[in-house]
Amino acid sequence: MKGMRQPEPAQPAHAPAEGLRQAMSWLHTWAGLVFGWLLFAMFLTGALSFFRPEITRWMRPEVAVQPVSAARSVEVAEAYLRRHAPDAARWFIVASTAREPGVRISYQAAKPPPGQRGFRRVTLDPVTGQEIHARETRGGDFLYRFHFQLEMGVPWGRWLAGIAGMFMLVAILSGIITHKKLFADFFTFRPRKGGQRAWMDGHNALSVLGLPFHLMITFSGLVLLASLLMPAGILAAYDNEREFFDEAFPAFAMKPASGQAAPLVPLAPLVAQAEQAWDGGAIQRMVVNRPGDAAATVSLSRAVSDRVSYGRQAPTLTFDGVTGQPLGGTGEAGAVGTVAGTVVGLHLGLFAQPLLRWAYFLVSLAGTAMVGTGLALWIAKRRQKLRSGAPDTLSLRLVDVLNAGSIAGLCVACAAYFWANRVLPADLPARGQWETRIFFAAWAASYVYAALRGRRKWRDLSALGALLLLLLPVLNALTTDRHLGASLPAGDWVMAGFDLSALVAGLLLAWIARKSGGREQAASRRPARHATAGPDGAAPPLAGSSNAAYESR
Amino acid sequence: MLRYRLAVTSRAAAAIGGGYVLASAAAACLAVWLPLARVDAVVAAQMLSFVVYACAALWVFATRNAWRAWAGVALPALVLAALFWLGRAGGV
Repeated sequence: MKGMRQPEPAQPAHAPAEGLRQAMSWLHTWAGLVFGWLLFAMFLTGALSFFRPEITRWMRPEVAVQPVSAARSVEVAEAYLRRHAPDAARWFIVASTAREPGVRISYQAAKPPPGQRGFRRVTLDPVTGQEIHARETRGGDFLYRFHFQLEMGVPWGRWLAGIAGMFMLVAILSGIITHKKLFADFFTFRPRKGGQRAWMDGHNALSVLGLPFHLMITFSGLVLLASLLMPAGILAAYDNEREFFDEAFPAFAMKPASGQAAPLVPLAPLVAQAEQAWDGGAIQRMVVNRPGDAAATVSLSRAVSDRVSYGRQAPTLTFDGVTGQPLGGTGEAGAVGTVAGTVVGLHLGLFAQPLLRWAYFLVSLAGTAMVGTGLALWIAKRRQKLRSGAPDTLSLRLVDVLNAGSIAGLCVACAAYFWANRVLPADLPARGQWETRIFFAAWAASYVYAALRGRRKWRDLSALGALLLLLLPVLNALTTDRHLGASLPAGDWVMAGFDLSALVAGLLLAWIARKSGGREQAASRRPARHATAGPDGAAPPLAGSSNAAYESR
Repeated sequence: MLRYRLAVTSRAAAAIGGGYVLASAAAACLAVWLPLARVDAVVAAQMLSFVVYACAALWVFATRNAWRAWAGVALPALVLAALFWLGRAGGV
């Protein structure tokens, strides 16, 4: 493996600064590569997750619900829960919002039927109060969950995502140290130079463009998983984790039932009380503990989207569930809580209004492209060092297959997921599962195709993704009546925005397909580039280059 | 080649395993010693521990030889762990 045959990562013989940059360049290359494929998937699904509710709404086109006030939401939820779940240990109510107009309720059934966990989720139409029946789909939630759980069992997927995140943090920091002229690099783009140059300039521009965002999103992602990844702090100060969580999130602490029945206070008036206490702040969720018991309590939480620092925990107010008397609550967090809440809030981006949300989306796509171009750069550099006319080494071919399957293949998989949503029959049993199965099947097939098709893999997979995405609005028009022809005149920006974004993404993939088609053809026609590799496999430093250390890797 | 691979493996172990131990020691030490409410100290310690972890990884690959790499991770970890025990025993 050519890339490995290099001196020990750090050997600052004469110039310590140059040695440091070389060592950091090595670290950047390998820390980035090892988890690069996974990180690309985490970045792309994470970027899409900023539009999680909108994606879900596109995937349930038969649902056209209008948002209502929090008080009305609670009224509707209360009526349903009193009828269907009077014995539940807890009720959870999430109020209707402009982005998610349905009233979402869930409860733990007191005596679930054998073999079931008994946790039920229902979405109600806030106007009619009826349960919403739509095609079964996981919608944007699937992409959101995949982003940090990777569709694995609960601790494992998160652990893997956390490890990948730590590698990303190290890759970013070592990448910064590698670059002497961070600012100058940003304005350097030499696409005509081709090959390694173009990839590197593109990679640098994308990385520097969003550097504060990339650092923030990586660090805050780790903080989100901190209690899982780094439990030492908790265990040092507390006897067990439960104790910590009860102290950190008191509104969620479960209180025991008294065993004595008592009628539950009407819930909707409590919303008005809380709104008054919060100066018109929006109410997002309500938790009713032990409804119908004398020890019942009702906790209301302020909307996470009200302030960026509410990311970890929004203020809550708790009322006695029988008398309706306020029992206190958690107010604004202290300094540390506000910092941690802001770090997490910045990651979730729930505070961002449409314009900023789009900025979030575009910068995270730049981050996705940063990972993607980094992976492509790994190939481009090593290919350039090959002897003239020499075929790709095994490691090069392997990485190239993994790159194509992970980058172009994931785009194909996402497109296939949206296609499945429109094509599968609405009443198919376990329909939501079939959608995700198709997602993974398309992704796996892309890897297989990439392994079999050699030089054409990038062009074909990108072209397939482009075709699927460009035809998605057409498919939408054939299967629903909320197509662009209807959604645009009606100002239905959720549906129209999705269709238009699919078109733009399709055009982008088509451009990539065109580019890679030309490149792959050129590569097969031309014998090879000139060989500059020295006997040790390292190219000589380029004269006048601002980052010779980086180049030589 | 073998020597090179062993050196890389050793540093990777120092960065990944050693770095995690160092970060955990830092989290434990800070959780006990930071002059904040207990829950705040833990949260602050959690956040800072990731910075420690990243710095440890950079140090391991930046420094001249493997001995310095390991020592730079192990010594601070020992000091922080000792401070943690001290704080815990003293009931800070």
